[in-house]
Amino acid sequence: MKLVMAIIKPFKLDDVRESLSEIGVQGITVTEVKGFGRQKGHTELYRGAEYVVDFLPKVKIEAVVDDGLVDQVIEAVTKSANTGKIGDGKIFVSGVEQAIRIRTGESGADAL
Amino acid sequence: MKKSLSIVLTLFGLLGFSSTSFAADATLSAGDTAWMLTSTALVLFMTIPGLALFYGGMVRKKNVLGTMMQSFAITALVTIIWMVIGYSLAFADGGSFVGGLSKMFLKDMTVSGLSGTIPESVFMIFQMTFAIITPALIAGAFADRMKFSAMLWFMGIWSIVVYSPITHWVWGPGGWLGGMGILDFAGGTVVHINAGVAGLVAALVLGKRVGYGKEPMAPHNLTLTIMGAAMLWVGWFGFNAGSELAADGRAGMAMVVTQVATAAAALGWMFAEWMGKGKPSVLGIASGAVAGLVAITPASGFVGPMGALVIGVVAGVVCFWAATSLKKMLGYDDSLDAFGVHAIGGIVGAILTGVFAVKDIGGTAGLLEGNPGQVWTQIIGVGATIAYTAVASFIILKVVDVVIGLRVTEDQEREGLDLALHGERVE
Repeated sequence: MKLVMAIIKPFKLDDVRESLSEIGVQGITVTEVKGFGRQKGHTELYRGAEYVVDFLPKVKIEAVVDDGLVDQVIEAVTKSANTGKIGDGKIFVSGVEQAIRIRTGESGADAL
Repeated sequence: MKKSLSIVLTLFGLLGFSSTSFAADATLSAGDTAWMLTSTALVLFMTIPGLALFYGGMVRKKNVLGTMMQSFAITALVTIIWMVIGYSLAFADGGSFVGGLSKMFLKDMTVSGLSGTIPESVFMIFQMTFAIITPALIAGAFADRMKFSAMLWFMGIWSIVVYSPITHWVWGPGGWLGGMGILDFAGGTVVHINAGVAGLVAALVLGKRVGYGKEPMAPHNLTLTIMGAAMLWVGWFGFNAGSELAADGRAGMAMVVTQVATAAAALGWMFAEWMGKGKPSVLGIASGAVAGLVAITPASGFVGPMGALVIGVVAGVVCFWAATSLKKMLGYDDSLDAFGVHAIGGIVGAILTGVFAVKDIGGTAGLLEGNPGQVWTQIIGVGATIAYTAVASFIILKVVDVVIGLRVTEDQEREGLDLALHGERVE
């Protein structure tokens, strides 16, 4: 099992969710986050006082999927979250040792 | 005025009096009274909720309630002070510097007593709303860092020791500036220069906010601010057109020039900012409108639409410069620009009133009509107001500081006034 974590532009969330459903991802967790990468922040100006806002709002998506599905998930997210402009986000993949469905106690791939 | 006159004449005719006996005593005018009751409500509306929202939106989220509380508490406090002694010190017979004590507790105010063509009660409460908004304006300068108790003491003493005397100088019976012929229709000196300079002194005495210039202090909600500015704009018709104390042609003219100058200043600030900083901001156009309202305040009732147009443009651009560049140059932390907008706008307006005054409107000619002396009179009024309010405000602040301390602790300031002083939060 792998954890696929994607940081994307907030307005792309619906597109990404749809593309993941299509390839059979059963569930995702979404968090509103802030951060910066190469896009950097922006400046705000109030009566001459300039504030550099370093952290931009992004959406973090987390999905734990079977090893065989990882490449498809990466492809789906890369396609659906892409605008071609700076700030589209990143995808990180890491290993997951165990997964348990709380209601039934099922574990491993059955719990996904 | 004309309408009420004709009503009175008709009445006298019906009663069989000769119309020549009219001049003897002042008579109540229903039209004037109705307009002044309305104006009074409009001016109170400027402070609560107008100014409370205007300032409340500009502070950080942790200080919204504390800031709005200041406007609200000042409204209540000054109402009582005005009733007890403020009105008397401003408008009772006395010397040229301050009025007497004969009107304390409003004791001689009767239901039939008149002030001109309106009941004295209406005149008193109309003036009360001016006494309320003036200290409330000061609060913008020291936002985010003054103890609530110290704020109440300062405002209470300031209202008695500074506001009432200056009001007496300009509008009170026997006041020395009024006697000199200063033109201040609705309070350029009395209200705006007075409050703006007191604000600057307060900002200097209290010192900068913790983290000023290093941490972001962006306004938390400019929708509140623009709503507040809009309420100030509407309420200001009561402030300026109401200052005629009658429902007549001069009140109408005061309303027109108020609208023209405000619009011109809003555009002036907006375009100056657009050209200088790249974007026309919401806070900018709202601030420009307020700057225009401030600047036309002394001039309304004395100038015509063309004068108003110039006053507005100048106020918008000069106040933009004061709030963005002058403040940075001199390094004081006038948090919400009480000085940059009210004192600077007030000075621009007071002096330009002497330039653009039209004899046919207010009975006094200005520089453009061949009376350069009026500009000098205006400058003396401005200078006297600045000097008195600066010195007196400084002394009051220092005394309050020694006795109870002016400033919240650094921890309280970081936590925010809402929670630290009032035990509440907006969310």
